[in-house]
Amino acid sequence: MSNTATTFGAIVRSGTAARRGARPHPVLLAAALLAPSAAFLLAFTYWPVLQVLLSSFTVRSFGNAAYWGLGNYVRLFCDPHFARAVSNNLLYAAGTIIPSLTLALTFALGLRDSTRFVVVLRTLIALPLLIPLVAAAALFIFIFLPGAGLLDYYLAKLGIGQTNWLGDPSLALGSIIAITIWKNTGYYMLFFLAGLSGIPADFLDAAKIDGAGAFARFRHITLPLLMPTLGFVTVIALLNVLTQVDHVIVMTSGGPDDATSLVLFYIYEQAHQNFDVGLASAATVISVAFLFLLSVGSLRTLERGTDYES
Amino acid sequence: MRVDARLVIPPLLIAAAVLWSVPFAWMAVASLRPNAAGASDIGSIFPHGPFNLGNFSDAWSEGNFPLWYLNTILLCGGLLLVQCVTVSLAGYAFARLNFPFRNTVFYAFLLQLMLIPPILIVPNMTTLIRLHLYDSLAGIAAPYCASAFGTFLMRQTFRTIPRDYEEAAMIDGASVLTIIFRVLLPLARPGLIAFAIVSVTTHWNEFLWPLMATSSPSTQVLTVGLASFTSGAEAGSEWGVIAAGTFFVAAPLLVAFVAFQRRFVASFTLSGIK
Repeated sequence: MSNTATTFGAIVRSGTAARRGARPHPVLLAAALLAPSAAFLLAFTYWPVLQVLLSSFTVRSFGNAAYWGLGNYVRLFCDPHFARAVSNNLLYAAGTIIPSLTLALTFALGLRDSTRFVVVLRTLIALPLLIPLVAAAALFIFIFLPGAGLLDYYLAKLGIGQTNWLGDPSLALGSIIAITIWKNTGYYMLFFLAGLSGIPADFLDAAKIDGAGAFARFRHITLPLLMPTLGFVTVIALLNVLTQVDHVIVMTSGGPDDATSLVLFYIYEQAHQNFDVGLASAATVISVAFLFLLSVGSLRTLERGTDYES
Repeated sequence: MRVDARLVIPPLLIAAAVLWSVPFAWMAVASLRPNAAGASDIGSIFPHGPFNLGNFSDAWSEGNFPLWYLNTILLCGGLLLVQCVTVSLAGYAFARLNFPFRNTVFYAFLLQLMLIPPILIVPNMTTLIRLHLYDSLAGIAAPYCASAFGTFLMRQTFRTIPRDYEEAAMIDGASVLTIIFRVLLPLARPGLIAFAIVSVTTHWNEFLWPLMATSSPSTQVLTVGLASFTSGAEAGSEWGVIAAGTFFVAAPLLVAFVAFQRRFVASFTLSGIK
């Protein structure tokens, strides 16, 4: 309206006038209130996406000036290390998401009553979500230690000889998967517990009176009503398999023979060790594209789950 | 039948919970067991004396834990303060103001839930260097100073507060900032606490970005410190010391979780995406 001041302070402070008519124009006010967040988002979310797109299409060759082209993508798709990272990541996704979601749902179903004993069991399963992934890795490096380590110590009592859990290319990814399941299952369980508590007891009681067995009740009432939760947790789990590689960095450095290299680890390696920005950028663009598709799908889930306001 | 099924926890669930706590049990036992207690049974999780705190004092002196604690606390605390300001302002705008493209702008904000800094490490490092923030705590915090989750949470929380409060304050001549910080925020405490729990947990535990954004020992946070500490102690097979060091890093949040479990669980299930 009459307020033409555009600086943040002037706009937000101009409300000192008592009458509402003297308040700044809502658009200006909104712009001022959103400005601090927008500045950080621009600098560290939108601009990086643009920048990584640009540098992924910028080809640098020795001695020559940079030019535009698909060279980085060609190199990326021809790089067997990247192919290995992608296939590892797919295996890792299937190997962590399916077991941890199944276990999380099972635990939630078994531990939904809040008796004191059940709360203790729930706490024990949830605790790993509180510790840093590097701390979990520090513990599991010992658990997986060949010979003297915890796993081999107890397996030896069963007559099983020592195993190089992290050093054997055919076992290393499985070991990384195991620690991830241990770390994340409790987190997903919390969502299922919250979802279960939203299912009216009347539904289940009515079904029981109608003679539905425990499995039928789960199959026809609990599971359909948990679908939004399941979708939501799946999105989080997908996000986790693409964005968490701390344990790979600390435990295996992607080895042995790329056996535990994941896409983000590949990006980290290209950027941090090989200083190949073109290749790292191209791989980042692929990841960002995947996350973008995931977010378009999941924002709807998010809204459906939370838009309860009046 | 119903009563039976509900009273008797299937033994498998108990077994699972026991299995789940094995790494923690080992951490507790190994950190208290002197290294000299024999290398052959270091893998045992059953306590047998003698116990002492030698591993803890070794870890404390071998690592740089006071500095790592200080850096982590400064990072989490400072970042939380900045975030509280940015998300309150933005949350208010989305909750109370009408402006064109409000939903589009809101969706653009929410994109940050997916495009989290670890995935953008390469360009964000370049930005940090350009802004002279590389290798500083401010640099680690910078990408998180705006929070889509916090904005979302504050929007939802503000919407549950009746407009009467602000209207009364407005009539008394309060500015928008006064309304947000003096009138609405005290009423939005549950939302703020939920956000604080998620924010502190996330950044206390984060590793890859702080690792990439810093290079000197003086800016290391707990997770980065633990990683370098562990690789050093591993070479000497000092497993008890590693267990003690891991305890130092993990204990504050574990204790907080056990003490305020209901609050934590409510915040985590609210957050979903960190």
